[in-house]
Formats: sequence, C-alpha cells, structure tokens
Amino acid sequence: MTEAAQMVSQVDPKLILYAIYIFTLAVFVGFEVISKVPVQLHTPLMSGTNAIHGIVMLGGMLVLAHAETPLLTWLGFAAVVLGAMNLFGGFVVTDRMLEMFKTKKPSGRKA
Amino acid sequence: MNPKLLSDLAYLTSAILFIIGLKFLSHPRRARRGNQMAAIGMLFAIIASFIFIWGGGVLKEGSNAGVLIIVGILVGGLAGTLSARYVAMTDMPQMVALLNGCGGGAAALISTVEFANFATGRGESDPLASGATLFGAVIGSLSFWGSLMAFGKLSGFMERAITSAFQKFVTAVVFLALLATIAWIGTGGGIVAFYALLGVSFLFSILMVVPIGGADMPVVISLLNSCTGLAVAATGFALREPALIISGTLVGASGTLLTLLMCKAMNRSITNVLFAGVGAGPVAKPGAATAGGPAKTAREITADDLAMLLANIQTLIVIPGYGMAVAQAQHVTRELADMLTAKGVDVKYAVHPVAGRMPGHMNVLLAEANVPYEQLFDLDQINPEFEHCDVALVIGANDVVNPCARYDKSSPIYGMPVLDADKAKNIVVVKRSLKPGFAGIDNEIYYNPKTYMFFGDAKGALQKLVEAVKAGG
Repeated sequence: MTEAAQMVSQVDPKLILYAIYIFTLAVFVGFEVISKVPVQLHTPLMSGTNAIHGIVMLGGMLVLAHAETPLLTWLGFAAVVLGAMNLFGGFVVTDRMLEMFKTKKPSGRKA
Repeated sequence: MNPKLLSDLAYLTSAILFIIGLKFLSHPRRARRGNQMAAIGMLFAIIASFIFIWGGGVLKEGSNAGVLIIVGILVGGLAGTLSARYVAMTDMPQMVALLNGCGGGAAALISTVEFANFATGRGESDPLASGATLFGAVIGSLSFWGSLMAFGKLSGFMERAITSAFQKFVTAVVFLALLATIAWIGTGGGIVAFYALLGVSFLFSILMVVPIGGADMPVVISLLNSCTGLAVAATGFALREPALIISGTLVGASGTLLTLLMCKAMNRSITNVLFAGVGAGPVAKPGAATAGGPAKTAREITADDLAMLLANIQTLIVIPGYGMAVAQAQHVTRELADMLTAKGVDVKYAVHPVAGRMPGHMNVLLAEANVPYEQLFDLDQINPEFEHCDVALVIGANDVVNPCARYDKSSPIYGMPVLDADKAKNIVVVKRSLKPGFAGIDNEIYYNPKTYMFFGDAKGALQKLVEAVKAGG
C-alpha cells in the first residue's frame, strides 16, 4: 500500500459523507432563504452575505493554531487579519447602509 | 461539558442565526435586525472556535500562535471596522468589493497552508479535502484579485473596458494552463506546482475581470462574493469544519441567486456581462452628427429661468444618478424638493434599479439625506407617470434615461429598462458637460427639443437653483 493510499484509508468515509450532506442541504437553504428580494435591498443583502463569509477568519485561526513552520504561521496570521477585516468591516458597512433605511432624523440637516 | 461538544453547539446556534439573518435581510423592514442577528451568530461562532482552540488542547505548549491569533483579530478587525465606519456612502460599492477580496484572500491562504500540511503528511488528507484545497486556492485567488480589480475600476483608476480577440485568446490559453497545473498537482507536483497554481490563478482573474466594463461591476462583485462563499466552504472541507461549510455554502448559493436577480434588474444575462464587455465599442463623440443628419444642439438654461419654470408646475419627478451621488448633492436635492413641496408641487423620485453604482445604492444615498421613503418610486411604478409630469429633473444621471435603450439594437445598453424621462412635458438635465456617461455612449435626450441643459456640478448647480427659487418665491 502506498503512503497516500494509507492516508486516505485513515479518514472515515462517513465523515466525508456528512460533509457532503451539510453542503447539499446548505445549497438548498441558501437558495430558498432569499427567494424574493426588493431591488433596493440588493446591495445591503450582498454586503450582508459578504460579512457572513467573514467566518473564514475562524479557518485562519485554526490553521494558525496548527501551523508548524514559521512560513505557515505567517500565512495563517495573514489569513486571520484578512478574515477579520472581512468579518468586522462587512457587518459595520451593512449596518451603516441599513441604518439609512431605518432612522428618519428630523429634517433640516445640511450636506 | 466537553469543549468539543460545547463549541459544536455554539456553531449550530450560529448557523441557525445566519439563516434567520439572511431571511430577514431580504425584507425592508427587518433587514437591519437581520444583519444584527447574523452578527450575533458570528459572535457565537467566534466564541465556539475560542473554546475549541483554547479548551480543546489545539494550541501546543510554548507556541505563540494564541497571541498571534488575538493580535491578528485586533489588527484586521480594527482596520475593517474603521474603514467601514468612515468610508463615504458613495464609495460603498468599492468598500464591499475590497472586503470581499479580503475574504477571498484569506480562503486562498488557508488552502495554501492546508495543502502544505497535506503534502508533508502533517495533516490527515482524503481526496475530498485535497480537492477542496485546490478549489479554495483557485476560487479564493479569483475573488481576491478580481475584487481588487473591481475596486480599482469603481474608484476610477481604470474605467474603460478593454477587449480584443487577442486578449480572449490569451485568456483561453491561461485557462488551459490552469487545468494543466491542476493535473500537475494531481500527478504529484507537490508544493511547487501549488505555487504555480496560485500564479496562474492570478493571471486568470486579471484577464477575466479587466475586460468587463465599470457599469457591470456590481454584478461582478456580487458574483465574486458568491465565489468567496464557495471558497470558504472549500476551506471548510479541507479543515473538516462544518461551520465553514454551512456559512460558505449559504453565501455561495444565496449570492449566486442574488447575482441572477441583479442581472435581471439590469436586463443583462450573466454570460453577456462576463464575456461581452459593455462600453467596449467605439466611444461616441458628444453631439456628433449622425450620417447626413444635422448637427445636434443642446439648449442651455440659467438658474433664474429654471426657477421660473419650476414656479409654475404641479408635478416634478426627480431622477437622481451617480453624478448626484459623487457631488454629494443629495442633501441640496432634498432641500429643493422640500421647497417645491411647500409650494404645493407634487415631488416624486424615480429610482432606477441600477442608479448609483449598485442596485439599491441610490435608495441608501437618498435615505441618508432624509428623503421620505414614500416619495421614492421604482421604475415600473413611475414610468406611466412621466406623460403627465410637468418637469423631469435629471440630476447627474445618463444611461438610465437614454431612450436608445428602447429601440436602438446596436446600442450596448439596448434592452436595459430605462426611465421614460423623454415623455415628460419638460426635461431638465443637470450635468457637468455633454460627455457620455459610464457606458460610454451618447444620449439623444440632451438634444430633445423639450430638454433644457443646466450645466454645472450637481451640488453647485442645485445650490444656485435653490437660491434662485428662494429669491423668486
């Protein structure tokens, strides 16, 4: 048995199947959950989904925690920084957009 | 409780909050709460991974990784929060592109680290996880470089689309190189082949996005957004982390649907956006005479005359465009509208689906200027009203009122739904010059006998107008 084949056999095929289950169900949920969106919400919704994929920061944290060489550590660190920008910036920008729809301050404010 | 179980429960909570958040985000009244719910979901996910990493013994003794994680979150979080907090509302589309690029870049980096781990036997690999690292690297790079290009285009560093047969040929060659590199990795190319893959992905993304015109950038950003989602899902497969698979896939799927909805609002097909390149045609000269026809002339109007015209009308439809947004004229526009409303004029705003730079961008800008929600009308609601309208006031908009989209099959914007401003009794266009707009095509509405051109930068011109109306009233 080759080395690669040994590694493959170590992973329980059930785990791989679970991952595929999760993926498939999430595809359907993702399509269903935003069936009708009014045009004025297209940009905020894009921005909101943009913030949600900021979860990639957690992936960066994991690889950084596991990293065994300095190079991999710094790559992981960069991933955490970029992910954190995506995550925090994404939610703040979306909130700023949506805040505009909500609050109607008394008029008279000048540009 | 065992830390692994505790963190899994927190991940589950966050997944549920993301789904409810997305659902709320597609309803105007609940949208803000939707975003907040998603943010709370994210908080749960972050807590979960802290429990897992610190409580689950993932960190090795003497490793400084824990410190680096916290520093990284602080640095990135602060940079993201501050730039998102202080960016001008008009630059919002670029900001979203940039943040999306960050996510894509992170996914590509994670894939790189995981591939290196698999290649050296440090990580447990399976065919799905190895495939996922390749997918995450290619799609993540595409999102990263593509978003940076989109950012550049929207910031005006590079506006015109560039297309040529040669460029299409090169793109095809690079795509084949991409496939070849993947095959090289499949046959044991190792980490060197993987770096080559990152390089080729970079070339491919640049070649894909450069030819696309600035007017189509919103669709491109939306598409790249869903790409980042899929890249994140791929890192979830590589790391065997269900939370990343769920969130990434949710974004990938809903982002794809949103991209298609946007295309529909602009009456473009996705293949058209990606492979045709609006604005690639010859740029029209302003006022150029059509073959054999007389040279077209535009009629100019002064602030005082315009104030007189506006003094005797019953209905006004304001058509705001990007020119209004960049001049920050939304507040003075509202001031004018308020003054006219006080005089009994019925003021409405016609918001084209792609007014501004992104669908819905104009609504955000007008809301920022406290324009009442009830005065905003979308294309289908307002178009029948132009016939009875005394004045259509076009402020810094161009392509969205170009009548040639209705009949001129040779026009690059043919088929895009436009506002029927040309049907109003009088048309006033506030614009800096007769230069063509974003799509790079001439607009015959400027030469319509019913049209008055009111030249000037939107803010300055409208301020003059407001004063003239005050003086007259």
